[in-house]
Order: sequence, then structure tokens, then C-alpha cells
Amino acid sequence: MADALAVQTERLGLAPERLVHMYRQMRRIRHFEEEVDRLYQAGRIWGTFHLYIGQEAVAVGAVEALEPDDYITSTHRGHGHSIAKGASIPLMMAELRGKETGYCRGRGGSMHIADVDAGNLGANGIVGGGIPIATGAALACRKMGLSRVVLCFFGDGAVAQGAFHEAVNFAAVFQLPVVYLCENNQYAMSMPVRRGLGNPDIAARAPAYGIPGKTVDGNDVLAVYAAVREAVDRARSGGGPTLLEARTYRWRGHSKSDANRYRTREEIEAWKQRCPIRRFEEQLVAAGVLSAADVERIAQEVREEIQAAIEFAEQQPDPDVSALAEGVYA
Amino acid sequence: MREITYAEAVREALAEEMRRDPRVFIMGEDIGVYGGAFGVTLGLVDEFGPERVMDTPLSEAAIIGTAAGAAVVGMRPVAEIQFSDFLTIGADQLVNQAAKMRYMFGGKARVPMVVRTPAGSGTGAAAQHSQSLETWFMHIPGLKVLAPATPYDAKGLLKSAIRDDNPVVVFEHKLLYRTKGPVPEGDYTVPIGQAQVRRAGTDVTVIASSIMVLRSLEAADRLAEEGISVEVIDLRSLRPLDADTIVASVCKTGRAVVVHEANKFAGFGGEIVGTIVESEAFDFLDAPVVRLGGKDVPIPYNPQLERAAVPQAEDIVAACRRLMRESRRAAVRP
Repeated sequence: MADALAVQTERLGLAPERLVHMYRQMRRIRHFEEEVDRLYQAGRIWGTFHLYIGQEAVAVGAVEALEPDDYITSTHRGHGHSIAKGASIPLMMAELRGKETGYCRGRGGSMHIADVDAGNLGANGIVGGGIPIATGAALACRKMGLSRVVLCFFGDGAVAQGAFHEAVNFAAVFQLPVVYLCENNQYAMSMPVRRGLGNPDIAARAPAYGIPGKTVDGNDVLAVYAAVREAVDRARSGGGPTLLEARTYRWRGHSKSDANRYRTREEIEAWKQRCPIRRFEEQLVAAGVLSAADVERIAQEVREEIQAAIEFAEQQPDPDVSALAEGVYA
Repeated sequence: MREITYAEAVREALAEEMRRDPRVFIMGEDIGVYGGAFGVTLGLVDEFGPERVMDTPLSEAAIIGTAAGAAVVGMRPVAEIQFSDFLTIGADQLVNQAAKMRYMFGGKARVPMVVRTPAGSGTGAAAQHSQSLETWFMHIPGLKVLAPATPYDAKGLLKSAIRDDNPVVVFEHKLLYRTKGPVPEGDYTVPIGQAQVRRAGTDVTVIASSIMVLRSLEAADRLAEEGISVEVIDLRSLRPLDADTIVASVCKTGRAVVVHEANKFAGFGGEIVGTIVESEAFDFLDAPVVRLGGKDVPIPYNPQLERAAVPQAEDIVAACRRLMRESRRAAVRP
């Protein structure tokens, strides 16, 4: 196994420090989400949000395959995408607390975290709503002569939306530099993929648009990285869009209202056995990239980082009600 | 000044803006070689090529959404939606995405895009190709909504819209495309948010937009022969709305008729009336304000039915006469 990892990472051009960085990113996402959930239960976060726990390998594997100035569009389940793209965790936490200094000055909350200047074109409250926007950003990149690529995250539910079809066809027609990455977490709220899609093989739609498609194990961060890297390279070199499907699983409910009536405890437990973080950790430890002490140190650093972010957010000011109407128009 | 058609004025604005700013491009269904369903973009592909005059697939959500995505990263797209009825197909991208992106992101994004779209009835295209949906979009904070009535404004307002850093929806009435009027050659703009008094008068203020401005002016001519002096206000910009011009005029005349082609029920005429009665003009009113709007039906096919479904010049004439009679009666009441 150790040798297998070495061969794989060498082929992908991933140095050990990069692997450790990816591991840390996954842990940051996991711990951020656990703390967000805890703060909600404690009545300190308001509104709603959608936890990414169990899907960390997709965000990290995919975003690591980008260059820093490439763009992403995200979804309602977007915390992981933002963190992977380099978002400031204190500013994310401030936004979830509705604070003036949060990413969206407390106007957006969980479902609208964005950082346009840093290449995050936004989470989205409309399922599938970001797919045309990603496509337009890719169109602009080409028109402006930039070699940037757009990575478009969406879920299995979005595949049933008209916007998905319109945008993917549009990108195929104009051969735009965009990578469509479907995170198939098995459920569109309570609707399982096998009941919500006539053909549950999402990547199989690619040939219908005349573009390449591929399915990857979404709980294997290196497999996600390899697939997205290949698609990004193709997009950047003028080869047009790709449709990728990463198969993964959402451990927690869809949102705060979810009582998990549509799936069994056994099913959830079985997927937890395939935890993407533990799996990567075992690989890294077996290969000697990480020691047990490193694992504990990273865990401690991540805990401290998130705790500091919570404290930062706590101290931030609320928006002034007199500024309610600011930012409607430029 | 030379005269050109409304369609030519729109085309000239698009061409001049594309020459001026490399970030501007236009996209839509059949806008290239075909020239657009109403011929507005005819010939532009010859000068600017298919990269800047993009024929798109039949995908309204993708057209509006890609315009928003391109705008937020630095381009200035102008999307054509072939019939304004089709805005409904792409409405999520306009209403939930483009309009709200800036606010949702804490005021840290700009979405400089334009959606141009032919609206209105009178062509026998029936219920799904004839609506006036401007009220829907006036209701959305984050959008600006324009409805030019003259070739001069069609060019000048579109240029302002393209240079604006917000999503702007421009409703172009199909029956106006062939109307002619004076249009300066070269660059000028008409400011967004300013109504214009098209005809000064003292007895009744008629507040209109788009093709209803022409019908109001026609009505005003007829009423002048009867000694009724009508002031006609062309709103031009529906959001933002120029309340000052409306209120000042009604303070002067004491009588107001609001006319639009969109269905009267829950149409924007109600907003205009609200603007009047919430203002100091309320104290000057000599009679209740009259609203004229489309009948509460989908636009029918038969030409007589279609004509009867929306206000005509004679309806405006009748409304003004009635208003004059009623206010005189009120005035002589002991």
C-alpha cells in the first residue's frame, strides 16, 4: 500500500507536503462543520445550513487540481468548497453568525458565501442555479484571453434541473473551459438518485452532449484529484468541458429539518466506514508521510484554528440596521 | 437631424458600444446571420464576428445565466431574449441570481449585464408571444427596468444600460421597431431614472410608457380639438421610477390617467397611483386617478379581440373626457 501511494502521487506530481496539506484541508472542513453544528444546537447560529461532512474528499481533491486564479461555483452545501478554495475560516464563521465583517457582511449567510476576487463565485441557494453562472464565467475567461478554468460544483439533485441541461449543452457548443463536477451524495434532500433520475449513471450523460465524462470514487481524494486534474488540463488547453461524477455520501441530514426518515441507520453507518478522511490518513501513515504524532498535532492545530475563528466571530459587530439597503445596486 | 427607426437605433447603440468597449458582446437566439426575430441585430455579425455576436442554443436560462456569470468576472454582456414571454424560462437566473448576487455577496460583486427583449401585443402572435411582463421585474430589487418609447431613447437608454454596473432589463415594444424618429449620429446617452414630459398641458396628466406614450400623444391631439389640454409623461425608466416628474405634473393639472399595456390588475399602474396619492399631489387632485391597462385575459389571436385587450388611443380620450366631466361636476357641487 505504501508503494502504491508513492507511485500514484508521483504520477500525479503531488509532493508529500502537498498530501499533508490536502489532509489538513479535509480535517479543517470536517471540524468546521462539526463546530457549526454544535453552535447551532447551542442556539448561536441562526437560519439554516447544509453540512458537508462525509464529502470532504471531493472539495479538496477537486480544488487542489486548480490553479489559484481559477474560478469555482459552489452550492447550498458549500462550506467545504469555500474552505478548499482558501477561504478565511474566521470570515466564514463571522458570516454564519450574521456579522458585518463576514464574507457577505451578514447579508448572505451560509448559502451565499462568495469571494469573487479570490475566485469563489458563490454558494447558491437554488439547486443547479450556479451551473449557468460557471458557464458564463468560462465564456468570459475565454473572451478575455485568460487561461483560467471554472470548476462547477453541483449535486445529484441539480442534474434533474433544466439549468443543468441548458448550461452543459451551451458549454459543449462553445467548447468552454469549464469542469462540471457532480457530487453524487445519493440523495436530493430525501429523493434517492435511483428514484429521481431515469438513468442514475450521471456521467453517462456526457456523450449526449458530445463531451467526455467520468465517474470517480468521491471518497478517494487522490482519485478525485486525478480526474479533475485531467479535466482541468483539457479545459485549459482548449479541449472543452468535462462532466465528472464523484460518488460520495452525506452523513448528516439535508439541513436542520431532516429526521433521516428516508434512509436507514445501517446505510449511514456503512458509509461512515468509508470515511474519506480516515482512509487518506491511513494511506499517509502507512506510507510514512504522516506519523501518528503528526496526525494528533494536525488535529490539535485544526481545533485551535476553528476555536479561534469562533471567538473572532463572537467579537464581531452586527450590521447596522441603517445600512439595510446598502449593496442592492452598484 | 436624420430620422431612423427604433430597431435601427437599438442596432446603432449595440454597434457603437461594441466599438467603444471590447468587454461588450451580444448573445441570443438567431441574432447572427438571421438578424434576430425582429431584425434588430441584422448585419452586426458581419462587423463584429460570431465571437461578439453569439448565436446561442435555445436556452433562456443559459443565456441569462451565462450573461450573469460573464458579467461578474468582468465582461459586459447584452443578452437578447427573443420574446419577453421567454423571460419566464430564464427567470431564476435573472431574479434569483443576477439581481441578488451583489446584495447576497455583501455588496462586493458587480453584475453589469443587459437583457433586451421585445414585448407587447399587436402582431397576432397570441398569448405566449405578446405579454407585457415589465411589472414582474420592476418588483425585484437589484434590477433596473427600462421601456423606451422613441428611437432617440431606444439608443440613448440602451447605451446607459450597457454602461450601468447593474443588471438592466430593456423592454422594446414590437410595434415600435418600425417607428421613425430623430436620432443623433454618434455618442449620447439618456439617463436612467428620468421621465420626460412629451407634451405640456394643464388639464390632465397622462402617465405612460412604451407604445402607450404614442397612443397618449395621439389622444392628446384629439382632446386638444375639444379644448382639453393634456400633459403626457413618458416614464422611460420604470425602475428606478421618476416620482418627482409625476408628482410635479399632477400638482399642476390636478387630474391623472395612468396607462399601460400590461394587465391592469396588479400592474405597475397601481404603483404610479400609489406614488401620486402618497405625495403632496393628493391635495391637488380634482378627481380620482384613472388607471387604464390590459384586460384580465391572455392576449387573444383574433385582431379585433387583440385590439380590445389593451388600451387604445380612444380609451385614453374617453378616460380624459370622463375625468374632466367628473371633476367639473365635483367642482359645482355645493
